[in-house]
Amino acid sequence: MGYSLSTEALSEVFKHLSLEYDLYAPRLYPKGGAFSDTDLVRYGKISSPEEIVLHEKSRFSWKETLLPISQTLFYFTEGSVLEPEQEQKGAVIFLRSCDLHALKRLNHIYLQNGPEDPYYRDRRDKLRFVLIGCKEPFSSCFCVDMGTNKTDGYDFSLDWEGDFWQIDCPNTEWQELFRRHAVCEQAVSPSYVTETKTRVHIPDHLTADVIKSTIWKEYDSRCIGCGRCNFVCPTCTCFTMQDLFYTDNGKAGERRRVWASCMADGFSDVAGGGSCRKTCGERMRYKVLHKALDFKMKSGFQMCVGCGRCDDACPEYISFSHCLNRLPEAIKEVNSDEAE
Amino acid sequence: MDINTKALKKNAFRVTKVRGKTASRIRVPGGHLDAKYLSMIQEIAEAYGDGTVHLTNRQGFEIPGISYEDMPKVNEMLQPIIDGLDINQPVLGNGYSSSGTRNITACIGNKVCPFACYDTTAFAKRIEKAVFPNDLHFKIALTGCPNDCAKVRMHDFGIMGMTMPRLEQERCVSCGACIKACRRKSVEALTTVNYRPQRNAEKCIGCGECVLNCPVSAWSRNPSKYYRLTLFGRSGKKNPRLGEDFILWADEDSIMKIILNTYHYVEHYIDRTAPGGKEHIGYIVDRTGFEEYKRWALKDVSLPPEAKICTPVYWKGISYIR
Repeated sequence: MGYSLSTEALSEVFKHLSLEYDLYAPRLYPKGGAFSDTDLVRYGKISSPEEIVLHEKSRFSWKETLLPISQTLFYFTEGSVLEPEQEQKGAVIFLRSCDLHALKRLNHIYLQNGPEDPYYRDRRDKLRFVLIGCKEPFSSCFCVDMGTNKTDGYDFSLDWEGDFWQIDCPNTEWQELFRRHAVCEQAVSPSYVTETKTRVHIPDHLTADVIKSTIWKEYDSRCIGCGRCNFVCPTCTCFTMQDLFYTDNGKAGERRRVWASCMADGFSDVAGGGSCRKTCGERMRYKVLHKALDFKMKSGFQMCVGCGRCDDACPEYISFSHCLNRLPEAIKEVNSDEAE
Repeated sequence: MDINTKALKKNAFRVTKVRGKTASRIRVPGGHLDAKYLSMIQEIAEAYGDGTVHLTNRQGFEIPGISYEDMPKVNEMLQPIIDGLDINQPVLGNGYSSSGTRNITACIGNKVCPFACYDTTAFAKRIEKAVFPNDLHFKIALTGCPNDCAKVRMHDFGIMGMTMPRLEQERCVSCGACIKACRRKSVEALTTVNYRPQRNAEKCIGCGECVLNCPVSAWSRNPSKYYRLTLFGRSGKKNPRLGEDFILWADEDSIMKIILNTYHYVEHYIDRTAPGGKEHIGYIVDRTGFEEYKRWALKDVSLPPEAKICTPVYWKGISYIR
């Protein structure tokens, strides 16, 4: 069912939802940017609709609300292990269509790829999703080409139109709440983009042979291996483990898992001091082919959702979407080498 | 030809080596201006100068080859530039009323540069409004970060931007980017404790490299602005030397007060018999001792709790007069 709400009325709805849920949305962190006097838009708790940043893409995706950057799995002493109490309150996540498509990827990785991850399962089941409609794409977006520009897996949707919030609420539990606050009821369908400036075409006949291409070489000198592309990505899910011992009592401590990046140093280090991928070109190849090839071979669908955050965040202006578009060239190069 | 050279110097003209010719100096506080003023400067140079313009060491313009009798007309043409750059002017239409306190220079600052910790031009303009016009020989320069591209330690007052970094522990991914940047590019103020960086506040110079290099925004900048204030660097014939640290983690208001207090101190102690009535502040401090200067400088100054006063201050440098 669809509803039109004033900002004040939607604030009331938020107040009601806040009793049971934390609300997470892209919001402004004034002067939170890396450069002085610049702001940062990322996910954080909000309490009113005005706090949601609509005109800018969040630098980081919503994944940190589901997969904490740093998560303590258990505490240990000499003779016992204790799991931390899970957050009891649920969370409502405000996100765009591409980001909601990322949930399918995360679910595949954490729930369907071998045994279920209990920490993920617990948190996942407590999340509700609000779709932020997209009237215009941002310049780096390529959701249409990745097939993620439309979605229906939301609890309600949000579009700002004609001085009112237009809401489509398929979640029957919340329909009464909206009805109470709406100025009118009407069919609403969330807006979505049908064209993007950035276009991407991943070739269907892509194979692991492109490993041999020379295109990866270029990134040896261009990429600085900082990992920003991974950390901002809604579908990068790698983590590493840390066992740490408290400094005041070296016999007690905790194990936590922490986000990791396949582009940064240390990711492919192995016992004995080796490292599988030393150069940034090798790491770029690994990342691009994991996104565009490996994941699809295992799951049957593309991993990348085309949000374009990696392109926005790269301090060296390396474009992932541009690299994807170079794959046909790489295939051609490798094939012609073999023909010789 | 009868020219009052003392008056023309105060009017920001210069006695040049060419008999009958002067040069006009245009101050640009913070070294940044709207491009439209360039064509006005061009017009003056082509109408009354020799058609050339010099970019001065202090980020101003100097128009050479002007006949002394044209000074009033040049002043007339300078008026829109003086107005546009918001230069204090006690008498309208007569050009600049002073030249002792030099143009306030600044690096490009955080309007453009990723390293800069503040808007250097804005702060330079604030200082300009407070100190100009004044005949005392003061040189003030601002730079955005400890890289000191503006070489502020060569000035009486050097203002260097500092960032107070803060870490949101829960966002840290232990990638080591901050630690590596601090070690390789800065002062190695970060060490790893239980996978996370720990900052040595004594060592940290506030360059902001940790923030700039953090890929997850775990490090961010304290929104308060902080500065390193250095004192009495100078070039010259007797004893050129670099400015020394006076206050670390100072705030903008305190720096304003210290500069203005220094004007009072100099008025009180300057050697009136010095050639041209000009004596660099540093030489005055050499005479009175640093403690006396400090007493004047810090009058009614309330620094933030983080601030650190360096005392006593000793200067090094090359002495040609031993």
